[in-house]
Amino acid sequence: MSSNAITIPGVQIDEKPWVDTLHEWVTTVDHKRLGVLYILYALLFLVVAGVEALIIRIQLMFPHNHFVSPQVFNRLFTMHGTTMVFFMGMPILFGFANYLVPLMIGARDMAFPRLNAFSFWLSAMGGFLLYFSLVGANGLYGAGNAPDAGWWAYAPLTARAFSPGHSTDYWTLALLVSGFGSIGTAINIIATILCMRCPGMKLNRMPLLAWLNLVMAGMVLLAVSPLTAAQFMLLIDRYLGGHFFDTQAGGSAMLWMHFFWIFGHPEVYVLIIPCFAFMSEIIPVFSRKPIFGYPVMVAATVCIGFVSMSVWAHHMFSVGMNSYANSFFTITTMAVGVPTGIKIFNWLGTMWGGKIQFKVPMLFCIAFLFQFLTAGLTGIMLGSAAFDSQLTLSYFVVAHFHYTLVGGVVFGVFAALYYWYPKITGRILNETLGKLHFWLFLIGFHLTFDLMHIPGLLGMPRRIYTYEPGRGWDTVNLLISVGGFIQAIAVVIFAANLVVSYFKGKKAGNDPWDAWTLEWATSSPPPAYNFASIPLVASRRPLWDLKHPEDQ
Amino acid sequence: MAMLKMKSWTLRFVAQTMLLLFWSAMAVWAIGPKDSSPHGTNIFAPASTPAKAISDLSVFVLVITGIIFVVVFALLAYSVIKFRGRAVDAGREPAQVYGSTQIELAWTIIPILIVIVLFLATARVLHAVQDAPQPPGAIEVTAIGHQYWWEFRYPKLGVVTANELHIPVSNPANPTPTFLTLLSADTDHSFWIPELAGKTDLIPNHPNRMWMDPLRTGIFLGQCAQYCGVQHAKMLLRVSVDSPADFAAWVRGQQQPAVQDASVATGRRVFESNACMNCHAVAGTNANGRFGPDLTHLMIRATIASGAASNTPENLRLWIQDPNAIKPGSLMPAMKLNDSDLDAVVSYMETLR
Ligand code: HEC
Ligand SMILES: [Cu+2]
Ligand SMILES: [Cu+2]
Repeated sequence: MSSNAITIPGVQIDEKPWVDTLHEWVTTVDHKRLGVLYILYALLFLVVAGVEALIIRIQLMFPHNHFVSPQVFNRLFTMHGTTMVFFMGMPILFGFANYLVPLMIGARDMAFPRLNAFSFWLSAMGGFLLYFSLVGANGLYGAGNAPDAGWWAYAPLTARAFSPGHSTDYWTLALLVSGFGSIGTAINIIATILCMRCPGMKLNRMPLLAWLNLVMAGMVLLAVSPLTAAQFMLLIDRYLGGHFFDTQAGGSAMLWMHFFWIFGHPEVYVLIIPCFAFMSEIIPVFSRKPIFGYPVMVAATVCIGFVSMSVWAHHMFSVGMNSYANSFFTITTMAVGVPTGIKIFNWLGTMWGGKIQFKVPMLFCIAFLFQFLTAGLTGIMLGSAAFDSQLTLSYFVVAHFHYTLVGGVVFGVFAALYYWYPKITGRILNETLGKLHFWLFLIGFHLTFDLMHIPGLLGMPRRIYTYEPGRGWDTVNLLISVGGFIQAIAVVIFAANLVVSYFKGKKAGNDPWDAWTLEWATSSPPPAYNFASIPLVASRRPLWDLKHPEDQ
Repeated sequence: MAMLKMKSWTLRFVAQTMLLLFWSAMAVWAIGPKDSSPHGTNIFAPASTPAKAISDLSVFVLVITGIIFVVVFALLAYSVIKFRGRAVDAGREPAQVYGSTQIELAWTIIPILIVIVLFLATARVLHAVQDAPQPPGAIEVTAIGHQYWWEFRYPKLGVVTANELHIPVSNPANPTPTFLTLLSADTDHSFWIPELAGKTDLIPNHPNRMWMDPLRTGIFLGQCAQYCGVQHAKMLLRVSVDSPADFAAWVRGQQQPAVQDASVATGRRVFESNACMNCHAVAGTNANGRFGPDLTHLMIRATIASGAASNTPENLRLWIQDPNAIKPGSLMPAMKLNDSDLDAVVSYMETLR
């Protein structure tokens, strides 16, 4: 292929007054800046929801502890869950999708730049509304209330009889508004990937990251829409005299469960698939081999996308469905394990025979593999409806989904941040601090979430603000909390690294990892227009072709 | 190179120990103590047929997933160690392998077979537990979840009680299982006695059923498992599994109206002239409220307020004075009685055996 297609001149940035810079960021429609905004906004909420988690853990350190009241505890776990899923998980992954997809498919921006900005600000508004409830909720009775119906907000707890005041309304509005934002972003990602690829970038040459984000965006469209509809129904119930979920007027609590989980299950894949995407880009580069079984990886992802749309009621194995329904959702749930297993094996195949370099992003990827394996297997246990009738609603489930969301998503996001930070800022994150962060976080994570399975098996339900001594839960809970604090220290080190390296980090150059995808062909950070001339690609690894002309 | 070697070893060592620790810890804790009294809440110490079926299935699933875990873990650890980059061959790229149809076929088909096996094992237990017919000798109980306490009704026996469920032990030769109909008066709850059965939720407008046939006598503990509001944490459950004779005696006692004791007439007057009687029932008196627990045989119970405190005179007094002191957020209001009324009503309560 021609080499001049992807050479980029460095760009000169002039000094500007800070107001101008701020104005540029607020009004930007550039996919890279919006990507960074998404990421920063999500990191802010990571800290907020992380602090909520720490307070929860202090309360649970000892039986009959009185650190917070039951009312406050219930608000904390509701806000922690809602924030982490909607205002940390989704935004940070949308941020990476925004930043990376156009660069990796050789485009100059997303398909609809202004829709992109609109979607971001809607999501931001959602997070603001959720926390505004602390100031504005409870109307006439004074302020200082937050949603407390749990992040699934099961009916009829959300009915006016059980949730007077306005905290539930802020919760509903927050999800409604950010839901529109998510739908906008999903449409944008789909359109960008289908229509904006550079010449030569056929679908089967696309980086896996683009493929996986395409599937993710499709799932967002299908999953978020019912949730948004359900929020409208809830508002109608609360203010227009509807009776969808109002059980005291003959409404159905089950209806809400179905609506919620038809969103809620695909949602976990919306969160994990982009992390699969990070793995599929980072592991090959640090193993110095192409991804093993590219077509199978694509097929497995599409398959996960479809099958995971039909498993939602595995969250409802205790609500009294008949044995046939329970069996059906058992088989579909376990079936998802097959394509997911294929992915793990393909990453293994990628490392096999490679020359693995233990750079910080790769360390996070390796930990991801082990942890995702474990989370997948506890998922199989939960998928067995009969076994699940003991496990569901207990700390075992809490341990399982934190294994996927922290051990999977958060480790994946850290891998991505270490890997693409040089592209975004032009500087490499400090390796020593990075390794310290990695090891501390790993130890804290395992201390907390390995042990957390145990109280579940010993009968400890989730969402209780205190517990009885003498059931074998005491010591374990103390250790779980200690692990939480170790993770918090690790995150502080990471934050310090982000700041220090921004000013003092080693200069990255265009391609610090000797990688193969198009984003490394342009300068770091890339110019506003990404590529001086639109690249032309002839294979899945355009930069490999460039570096190994003998292979042609 | 030495550096690299060391790092990969530490990596492997830490990762491996943590995860092995996890599995062995799970095994040890899960087996736990078995004959303590009252019984614990360990899902692997089943004391009834459905819990036993589930526990056996669980062990089967754990073994299969455990084997998968060990095999895949070993493969991952092997490849991470074996294929670490070395300084000597820096600059040279390894062979570029793009995939292999046979291998990928293998790791598609084997998991499919495992899934089928696990599914069949699960479906069998689901059918056995959920579709079991109700034998003629079965005890029928209607359990009604309230924020934050349990109401138990035995329609055939004419018994109404709260928070502490009594059921007979079931002899496998002549089974007397208990079949529960689960209802809710307000929000969702979930009935969970880990050693007797899996959870079943109590959902308004959606009656559910479950059953258990305890094979040992004793006290079994559990608690509400579905978040139901402020005091979800203190909605505890106690099941007393009685010998047939004890159960019959308990039923006879429960069928009696409340003890009428002239010495506590003042207390009774306080109870009946305050709102107490609008929320609580005492059989044989004018008190027939249904919002709170039936108090007819209050003193037979070992705990008050759904297990939140043991049933001692001091706790009873504190509870009636200010329920929030024991269970903040409970739906019983502080009745603001003066000290003499309070003492009188507590004395009255203490006669309700
Ligand atoms: C507004 C209704 C209401 C009123 C009035 C009321 N209670 Fe209660 N009471 C309840 C509820 C509800 C509970 C269960 C609370 C819980 O466990 O969360 C309860 C629990 C109790 C219990 C514990 C029962 C048990 O089995 O655990 C006692 C004893 C009791 N109340 C006594 C009284 C007395 C005496 C008065 C009057 C001075 C009174 N209550 C007034 C609603 C009421
Ligand atoms: Cu799910
Ligand atoms: Cu409850």
